[in-house]
Amino acid sequence: MTSLHEFLTMGGYGAYVWPAYIIAAVVMVANAIVPGRRLRRMRAALQRKDAA
Amino acid sequence: MRALAALVRRDLRLCFRRPGEVATPVLFFVMVAVLFPLGLSPQPELLAMVAPGVLWVAALLAGLIGQESLFKSDYEDGSLEQLLLGPAALELVVLTRIFTHWLTTGLPLVILSPFLGLMLDYPVQAFGTLVLSLMLGTLILSLLGAVGAALTVGLRQSGMLLPILVLPLAVPVLIFGAQGAAQAARGEDAAAALYLLGALLVLGVTLVPFAVAGALRISLES
Amino acid sequence: MSPSNWTWFHRLASPPYFYRLAGRLAPWFGWAAALGLAAGLYGGLWLAPADYQQGDGFRIIYIHVPSAYLSMMCYMLVAGASAIGLVWRMKLAHAVAVAAAPLGASFTFLALITGSLWGKPMWGTYWVWDARLTSELILLFLYLGFIALHQAYEDPRSGERAGAVLALVGVVNVPIIHYSVVWWSSLHQGSTVFVGSKSDISASMLIPLLTMIAAFTCYFAACLLKRIQAEILEREQNAGWVREMLEQT
Repeated sequence: MTSLHEFLTMGGYGAYVWPAYIIAAVVMVANAIVPGRRLRRMRAALQRKDAA
Repeated sequence: MRALAALVRRDLRLCFRRPGEVATPVLFFVMVAVLFPLGLSPQPELLAMVAPGVLWVAALLAGLIGQESLFKSDYEDGSLEQLLLGPAALELVVLTRIFTHWLTTGLPLVILSPFLGLMLDYPVQAFGTLVLSLMLGTLILSLLGAVGAALTVGLRQSGMLLPILVLPLAVPVLIFGAQGAAQAARGEDAAAALYLLGALLVLGVTLVPFAVAGALRISLES
Repeated sequence: MSPSNWTWFHRLASPPYFYRLAGRLAPWFGWAAALGLAAGLYGGLWLAPADYQQGDGFRIIYIHVPSAYLSMMCYMLVAGASAIGLVWRMKLAHAVAVAAAPLGASFTFLALITGSLWGKPMWGTYWVWDARLTSELILLFLYLGFIALHQAYEDPRSGERAGAVLALVGVVNVPIIHYSVVWWSSLHQGSTVFVGSKSDISASMLIPLLTMIAAFTCYFAACLLKRIQAEILEREQNAGWVREMLEQT
């Protein structure tokens, strides 16, 4: 890889390579945040239940 | 052993009392097979090419339709629990039940297949392989379908869940069976496919009863 | 087999212990994944030279192969956890299986999408009925069936045990399905062998690939541990240890 232009166009295959990476990024980021948020929601709900 | 024989007799008698349950898969088989020429084209060359696959997919789908009734009515009237508590080993009971069920849901498809084959321009010389492949295949499908039926029998609205669970497991059966029928149609030797089906059947007969028994116990505990 | 050899196993099966252990381990795996991904992507997207035949299009391999590998490993994990849950009646094992399945399905989905995007410029079509992709597709159905089944049950504890039976039936089927698809594919020679047809892969391409596989595995471990924590909390919400733990924070 020699230039930013070559990186972005992926030697002409950019239309295939980049969507693949972007979809992978979306799926992986989603899978990373979802359990953390679920945990926090559950802990908050349980703490409220205990306080009551 | 006497308990098993009594069970077989009871199951067969019940099936004759409910002809609707037996007729539905058969009608579905015929209708699906008829739909393909309507959806594709009636040209004999095309039909002959797709006939093995069409017959097999239709048999697979019709077989799955028939699996719902394997345990359902017994579950609803409580006799399934009695079977679990009965004297015979559950695995043996399950195996006999699957076989008698196949006699009324799978075997009719096998018998009908040559006639549908005629309609789809499947060569007459290959009928033997077709029927044999479907006989082995529908037996295996009954075994696999029983797993799905046992897992879903207690669910209120299982809908299409049983076919969805069973179809991926049925892919090898479909591949070996349909390809074997296609090879026979082309005049090639289909022995390998038939042996593979036989191997799957042996594997199924030995392992499936345990899975079904376990699944029934789980379904009935809730 | 002296009892003391198995205490680690039984301790691991205790929900509060596993919950705390998971909470401590997850960040380590998370950071390892982040570093591995950064290093692997730098090596794969920037350093590695373009392929002789496929140009820069081959770089999808750095997502496709790790995803496919993990999709299969995860199914083994689901089946293994299901077996442990059924044989030893260990509820935590079922929690592991239930938590892992959606992750496995995600990786299978990614393997299929990236495989499709790789196939279009290379072989002209968005879908190729070759043995690998077809097997991945069936694996996706196996995952979705597992998830659908255990969610269909009203009682979650029965549901996960039913799912476990399905997973075990499925795992026995996986080699059979794969063999049948390979056999089918070989009968109709039109399809080309897809991934790994190059017998020698250069080091500059291989090292980032191995890095990405390791990074994906760490990522999977981190996500899985957090999902198991959420599962444990949901099952044990009325337990004393949960109350104590919440009071401490």
